[in-house]
Parts: sequence; C-alpha cells; structure tokens
Amino acid sequence: MLVIKDLHAKIDDKEILRGINLEVKPGEVHAIMGPNGSGKSTLSSVLAGNEKFEVVEGEVSFNDKDLLDLAPEDRAREGLFLSFQYPVEIPGVSMVNFMRTAVNEHRKYAEKDPYTASEFLKLMREKKKLVEIDSNLTNRSVNEGFSGGEKKKNEIFQMAMLEPKLAILDETDSGLDIDALRVVANGVNKLKSPETSTIVITHYQRLLDHIVPDFVHVLYKGRIVKSAGKELAHELEEKGYDWIKKEFED
Amino acid sequence: MAEDQDKILEEVTGGEYKYGFYTDIEMEEFPTGLNENIVRLISAKKKEPEFMLEFRLKAFRHWLTMKKPDWAQLNIPEIDFQDIIYYAVPKKKPELESMDEVDPDLKATFDKLGIPLDEQKVLAGVAVDAVIDSVSVKTTFKETLAEKGIIFCSISEAVQEYPDLIKKYLGSVVPHQDNYFGALNAAVFSDGSFVYIPKGVRCPMELSTYFRINAINTGQFERTLIVADEDSYVSYLEGCTAPQRDENQLHAAIVEIVTLDRAEVKYSTVQNWYPGDKNGVGGIYNFVTKRALCKGDYSKVMWTQVETGSAITWKYPSCVLQGDHSVGEFYSVAVTNNHQQADTGTKMIHLGKNTRSLIVSKGVSAGKSQNSYRGLVKVSKKAENARNFSQCDSLLMGDKCGAHTFPYLEIANNSAKVEHEATTSKIGEDQIFYCNQRGMSTEDAVGLIVNGYVKEVINQLPMEFAVEAQKLLQISLEGSVG
Ligand SMILES: Nc1ncnc2c1ncn2[C@@H]1O[C@H](COP(=O)(O)OP(=O)(O)OP(=O)(O)O)[C@@H](O)[C@H]1O
Ligand SMILES: [Mg+2]
Repeated sequence: MLVIKDLHAKIDDKEILRGINLEVKPGEVHAIMGPNGSGKSTLSSVLAGNEKFEVVEGEVSFNDKDLLDLAPEDRAREGLFLSFQYPVEIPGVSMVNFMRTAVNEHRKYAEKDPYTASEFLKLMREKKKLVEIDSNLTNRSVNEGFSGGEKKKNEIFQMAMLEPKLAILDETDSGLDIDALRVVANGVNKLKSPETSTIVITHYQRLLDHIVPDFVHVLYKGRIVKSAGKELAHELEEKGYDWIKKEFED
Repeated sequence: MAEDQDKILEEVTGGEYKYGFYTDIEMEEFPTGLNENIVRLISAKKKEPEFMLEFRLKAFRHWLTMKKPDWAQLNIPEIDFQDIIYYAVPKKKPELESMDEVDPDLKATFDKLGIPLDEQKVLAGVAVDAVIDSVSVKTTFKETLAEKGIIFCSISEAVQEYPDLIKKYLGSVVPHQDNYFGALNAAVFSDGSFVYIPKGVRCPMELSTYFRINAINTGQFERTLIVADEDSYVSYLEGCTAPQRDENQLHAAIVEIVTLDRAEVKYSTVQNWYPGDKNGVGGIYNFVTKRALCKGDYSKVMWTQVETGSAITWKYPSCVLQGDHSVGEFYSVAVTNNHQQADTGTKMIHLGKNTRSLIVSKGVSAGKSQNSYRGLVKVSKKAENARNFSQCDSLLMGDKCGAHTFPYLEIANNSAKVEHEATTSKIGEDQIFYCNQRGMSTEDAVGLIVNGYVKEVINQLPMEFAVEAQKLLQISLEGSVG
C-alpha cells in the first residue's frame, strides 16, 4: 500500500524529516507516537503533498504509484486521506457544497458519473449515522465556528464520505471528550476493511485502546527510532520518552 | 514556494474574457464629436418636446464649465470627448410584436450570453426590456404590467407618453450639476429604462434589462429612472456584458430611484463590461452615477451589485435617506483581475429621523489589479437616531494586487450610531491545501472559497441572478473552468 524510503524533507532550509522508512500493508493499522515537534505532522503533510515542505531525498510509493510525483488532489483521489491536526475553516462554503464537490471529483477520477443531488444527500445521511455526527454540523459552513472536538468529528465524517484506502489521522483524539473519542474510534473501526490501512498519530494510549494498532513507531527528531507491537504504546505511557531519547543519543 | 503559489494563482486567474464577440448589426451613426449642435440633433432625432431639449442644453452648458474628477484611486487615461460618437441607432429598427421579429444576430448574441430572452424568461416571470446600444428593441410583458398600472418602457417612450412624470422626476435625484459624467449624460443620454409603480402595487415579477455596448466608438449614456409610489414594491435587475474590442469605451450611465412613503425598491446589478485583455488593452471605462432618494417615510432602497468587468469602474450607488425611518442598504462584490481598476462603494446620506443604513462590501483582487472601497456615511444635523453599520472586507489573491479602504464619516448629530468593520485577508494557502486534500483542484478550490467569501452579498440577489453571478465569478477568476 504505502512504502516510504529514506524520506528527507525541509522547510526554510531546516531539515525536519531526516530519513524516514516505513511500510504499511493493506489492512494494517500503524500508530506513530513521539514528542512534540518531532515531525509527525510534517510527515503527514509531506505525504498529502503540502508544497510548504520541500522533499530533498527519498521515495514514496502508494499503490505502486510514485506518490511524490502526484498533485495533492490526485493523491486524495488515489485514496489518501488526511485527518488534519488543525482543520481549517472555510467561511461561507456549506459542508454540503464542499463535500459534494469533493465526492464528485473522486468519482470523476474513477470515471464514474457524479452523484445526483438526491443520491448524494442519501449517502450523506448514511455516513452521518455511521459516524454519529450531529446533523446541524453538516448544515453549516466548513468548520466555521466548530468547536475543537466538532472539527475532529467532521474530519472523520469526511473520511467516511470519501472512503479512502489509506487514512492518516493526525491527533484526531486531541480535543475529543470521552464519549466523542469512543464514537470517533468506532467510526474509524467501522470504515476499516482488509483492503484499507490506517496511520494513527497520537500522544495517548486511550485512542489505541479503541483503534488497536498492529505496529507502534516512535518518531524522534525526524527519524523513526523505535518500532514494535502495540505493547510499546503502553510502555511509553508508563515511562515517557526519556529512555528512548537516551538510547538514541547514545 | 510562495512563488509557486503565485504561479498557480496567476494561472487560474489568467482567464480570457469569455463574452468577447461582436454582433454585426447595421448602425446609423452621428458624426464624431460633441457640441451644442449634436445635443440639438439628438433631441430632434428623438422628436423630443421642448422641455427635454432645454434639459439637455442646460446640462451641456454646465458640463462645459466642469473639470474631470481626479480624486478617485484610479489611473484614468485621457479621454478625448471629441472622438466619441454620441448617438447610434440600430438601422433595422424593428417594431416588435413577437420574438420572431427580433434580429437573428441579436438573438444569437443574447443566446451566446445565455440570456433567455424568450419564452423561458416569460415562464420564469421576468419581463425583459433589452437595450442594445441606444434604443430599446424589445419589450415583453408590457400588457400584464399595464393591467396593474405599472409603466415599464424605454425612457424615450416615457418622454413622449408620460411627460409629466418625466418632468417631475428626471434629474430630481441626480441633477446635472452633480458631477462631470452626470452632466455629460444629462446632455447626451440616448436611452434607458423608465419604471413607475403606482400606489399600493407590488410588481409581480422581477423587471430586468440587459445592456450591451455594441457599436464601435459609441459612448454609452443610458439613463434609468425608477419611481415607486406610496406602498409599492419592485425588484429591478440590470445585467451587462460587452463584446471584445481594442479601443477603450466610455460608459457613463445614470440611474435615479425615487421611493415615496413605505415604498421599497430592490436594485440588483451583475456588471460584466469587457475589462480589457491581460495587458490592460481595451476594456470599458465605467463611470456610473446611481442614486436613490428615499423621499417618503419608512421607504427602503437596497442596492446589490456584483462587479466583475470594466477596465476602470467608478461607481458609488448611493441612498439619500430623506424620509423619517427610511432605510438604505448596499451589498457589493467587486472583483478585479489583471490590470483592472475599481473604485467603488456607496454614500449613505442620513437626513430624516431614525434612518438606518447597512453597507456590506466584499472586494476580491487578483493579478495586478487595484480594488478600492470608498464609502461615505453622512449624518446631517436633523437626522436624530441615525444608524449605520458598515462591513468592508478585502480578499487578495497573490501579492501583485492591491486593496484599499477609504471610509469617510461626516457626523453632525450626536445621537448617531455608526459602526465600521474592515478586514483584509489573503486567500489562504491552508484553505486551498485543505480542498486539494479532499480531491479538488486548486482552480476549483479558489472558486469555492471566493464564492463562500462573497455569499452574504450573492444571497441578496434574486435566485436566477445569483446563479449567473456565481458563474461570472468563476469565469472572471478561473478562466479555464466552466
Ligand atoms: N511552517 C513551518 N515553519 C517553520 N518550522 C516549522 C513549520 N512547520 C513545522 N515546523 C517545525 O517542524 C518541526 C516538526 O513539526 P511537526 O508539526 O511536524 O511536529 P509534530 O511531531 O507534529 O508535533 P506535535 O506533537 O506537537 O503535533 C517543529 O520543530 C516545527 O516547529
Ligand atoms: Mg503534529
């Protein structure tokens, strides 16, 4: 599904990703953890094609295509979805209009006919139910005036609408209350299939109680410095990052 | 990377004008230039009564004494007023009974513009008074309107048929002394529309006029007069597109609105004159005087405009709030691209007690364009409890364009409450990337974001006009889309 080889990326001459290697196979869930500022969001931005960051070295293949060669919108249409750590507001643009444009662009790319208004609204109703999102959120402008938690729920709703092959969830759990956390995690689990994969970026074990990872990686100073099974997350929760930092600095 | 962003914006905003075509209708033209004889000739040609000739001559003589204004934030090239033809009539001037009689070329032009000047329009409940160049060639639905006593005709016809109304109201809101282009218009105006809504009548349909500049080198001097008698209501639509050409063309129209007690007029414009090519060559100079006089108590006027065209726009639809409790509202979207210059805004003149005004202005600048909002809120001594709220937002696309806001306040009464809010934002790279990540091209993203940004104004337009306006925004900013 996704193969990252020796990926280096910089912004303003500051190298932030310093040789990332990672392979995600269909059906797998990978958790990426790591201290603040270690490069987790940068990695997801680079994968999604944000031109703020310059890729200086490395290769990424996604479904056997050269991901770095694709425009951001084509990466999305190929099935890569990013749930943003900080979703932006787009005043005056209704969720319905926004989502309908997005979904129909995906369909066009897949050489399918666009949804009619009624087909689209039906799909929206189904997905809203699936991720238990409040109805009136989708009647508003994209993220405008949404609370932190509502924005995160809205990301998962969009994910449900777009049915990606690979979803990257960047701290989707932060800002969610306990019930919302469960709802969002349930949503993600319902959307999972043997063909789809998930990368979960988080600081806390509690999300991983719900979305159980196959692998846990620690990103530190732009490199993956440790990878293991789900027990690593428990260990980090207990001990923090100091021991890894030490191991790494030595 | 900022450069890349600019490149993308340049690409998506570099669209060529879509409506650049030219209808080849035979024209009857006057000699080039302007003097008192030309003014007399125009009046004679139109078989005008003596009072109209006097009206024109007074204005012309005053115009000779006036200087061109230069205070606007505009770079106005010298206009040679002797190099303009002041009157043109389509030669095949038809007396139209049905659609079949409309010049096929003209019909084709309207079709190309997607203007449904046909049964569809009739079904949609819109009466059309289309002005091509200087003379009205087509009026529909007149009978239905006549049943309610509504007058909707060309201004030349009104001069002949309703001289009392014309004498009473023409020039009563914009006198010829008012400004340079206004005086010029009063002297040489060729045609335009006249609307009268009698007491207590709600006009059952949107009244709509499509203007189109169509003769090489013919200055356009349309004149519109709308009178809403007590307790009446009308919604009036004005839309324009112009064919592509190389010489700059002057357009100096006047729109006058009068509302009596409790009357309400909604005036909506989607303006799309040819803006000139990417290098700023050609394009229409648009100097328009639009003013409403809320003469009666509790009367209301609402201006809504979507401005996407013209090389130069100089336009301040205004409200004189004379009646107590009268209300003026102004909603505007002005989009400039390439080398366009726009200086637009409004004037709200509070004279009566408890008068209220609302201003919502949204500027979008792209390319190397300059977009200025210039607004005056004036509260006179006697205007107790006047209220104004102004919201002026500017959106910049790229870093070669400019947005300027000039709010002027003249408050002579302490009970006035005047609020002004202004914001300037750059179209967000983050917003564009967010849309990209959901599968939208940058072009579509820009269209979506801009349309969201101007929604408050677009929402004020009548439904079918709103759709047209959104299309126009896409066309003027996105080029390759649509
Ligand atoms: N636009 C930018 N300009 C300059 N530096 C940046 C920019 N974006 C990110 N950085 C820097 O890159 C480093 C990695 O940031 P990133 O957001 O990827 O961290 P993170 O691992 O997601 O942290 P957190 O856990 O706090 O979300 C940080 O030092 C940050 O300051
Ligand atoms: Mg982060």
